[in-house]
Amino acid sequence: MKVLTGKKDRNRNRFNDKLKDRLFLILCLLTTVFGLVILSALITFTFVEAAAWLDWQFLTSPPSRFPEKAGIYPALVGSIYTIALVGLFTLPLGVSAALFLEEYSGRSRIAKIIEINISNLAAVPSIVYGLLGLGIFVSKLNMKPGIIIVGAFTLTLLILPVVIVASQEAIRAVPYSLREASYGLGATKWQTIRGIVLPSAMPGILTGTILALSRAIGETAPLIMIGAASSIFSAPKDFFSPFSAMPMQIFVWTDMPRNEFLHGVAPAGVVVLLAVMLSMNAFAIFLRNRYQKKLRG
Amino acid sequence: MEIYERKVTAIIGPSGCGKSTLLRSLNRLVELVENVRVEGEVLFNGKNIYDSDPVEIRRRIGMVFQHPNPFPKSIFENVAYGPRVHGIKERRKLERIVEDSLKKAALWDEVNDRLNDLALGLSGGQQQRLCIARAIATNPEVILFDEPTSALDPIASSKIEDLIVDLKKKYTVVIVTHNIQQAGRIGDYVAFFWMGELVEYDKAEKIFEKPEKELTERYLTGRIG
Repeated sequence: MKVLTGKKDRNRNRFNDKLKDRLFLILCLLTTVFGLVILSALITFTFVEAAAWLDWQFLTSPPSRFPEKAGIYPALVGSIYTIALVGLFTLPLGVSAALFLEEYSGRSRIAKIIEINISNLAAVPSIVYGLLGLGIFVSKLNMKPGIIIVGAFTLTLLILPVVIVASQEAIRAVPYSLREASYGLGATKWQTIRGIVLPSAMPGILTGTILALSRAIGETAPLIMIGAASSIFSAPKDFFSPFSAMPMQIFVWTDMPRNEFLHGVAPAGVVVLLAVMLSMNAFAIFLRNRYQKKLRG
Repeated sequence: MEIYERKVTAIIGPSGCGKSTLLRSLNRLVELVENVRVEGEVLFNGKNIYDSDPVEIRRRIGMVFQHPNPFPKSIFENVAYGPRVHGIKERRKLERIVEDSLKKAALWDEVNDRLNDLALGLSGGQQQRLCIARAIATNPEVILFDEPTSALDPIASSKIEDLIVDLKKKYTVVIVTHNIQQAGRIGDYVAFFWMGELVEYDKAEKIFEKPEKELTERYLTGRIG
């Protein structure tokens, strides 16, 4: 009799387990669908509103009081110039810092403290970096506020921790056996790093860097702090010109008195910003795949 | 313990008895491990290797590892890596070294038409022979093998064994293995390690036919280990 009840209990338990399994699956599905619905609604509304305004004229004109004449050209160029510089600064700085932390500093206490602080820096709000940029580059180094190079320096500070952490992870993922093989052949540390570690870690480093760059291109707060123009009528000529960036220009449009700005011009700007960001991400994926193909065959 | 020139010295013993660590101390790879302390000396041509330049030592004492670990590069670049890091830049010279090393590693016939293919496309056994070619390419005097066949199937293993026997004509070979039969097949000298200590070291026939220590005999007959 006792044995029988035991069996019954077990059957009931199994039924309960299956039910829980199902419920959990449904819960997961619902949350995923929720996210997707919100995202697609956002994109759809933006695109619908942007559709009528997004044309060649919009891409090539400066901003204007009149919505039909308004364009994003100066801000687009400003954003691209800035991001190009940020990439140029971040990659070597981030990779060298990551190499030092992973390959040279060992497991000393100071190295650990530095590492923890870099991870913490990645979580500092961007406006704080804006203040830092203003404090260092404009106040102390007497650079002109609101020019591209100051914006680029500031954004570099902002994403550097993210790039360092991503590069460290990529470097750490290179199997120890490869380093051992290289040392075993009599390679020096530098030869091993340059010949084996860096090429193997490159896909990860590039992906991390480009994702960080696409975060930087959407940043507004630090650029406001360093005095970038919210709206500018001519595209920057060089890296020392005053500039505006796309997110700032979009923000200005949402604040304009005429309704067409909020429900037409600004969404069109958002679409352009999204397009630039997505093509950067696509480029990251392309680079990663190309490198991986080169590595794995 | 003396290791003889142009002979195969096999190091046997149960897992964790320090065979691999010993092998890694012969080319100073052991120093790469963090928090390691190295004592004692290893004499190579009468000179303590711990007083020499580790880079030079590792060039002259090559190593092949337990798992095939080719670089994620082409077959050619894998073999050329050693000579390159030692400063050989001439394409012709490199080509000659690569061909020569691959031939010595009995891999040339299988790969000579696809030297620019990725090394990771090769089978496990071929990858291991590639690693041997890579070790040969720096023109070493000694080659250390750390359980080179434990990740391979029997056919690939026997090819590697034949190769090792062949290599001793030109190189001094030290091989770590936990396969006693393998030690018997290819070893000229056998060293038996137990719990980090050298128990017995002698000619292979002597070790296998009438070992001096009881521990050795018990290990060889499978009663401990």
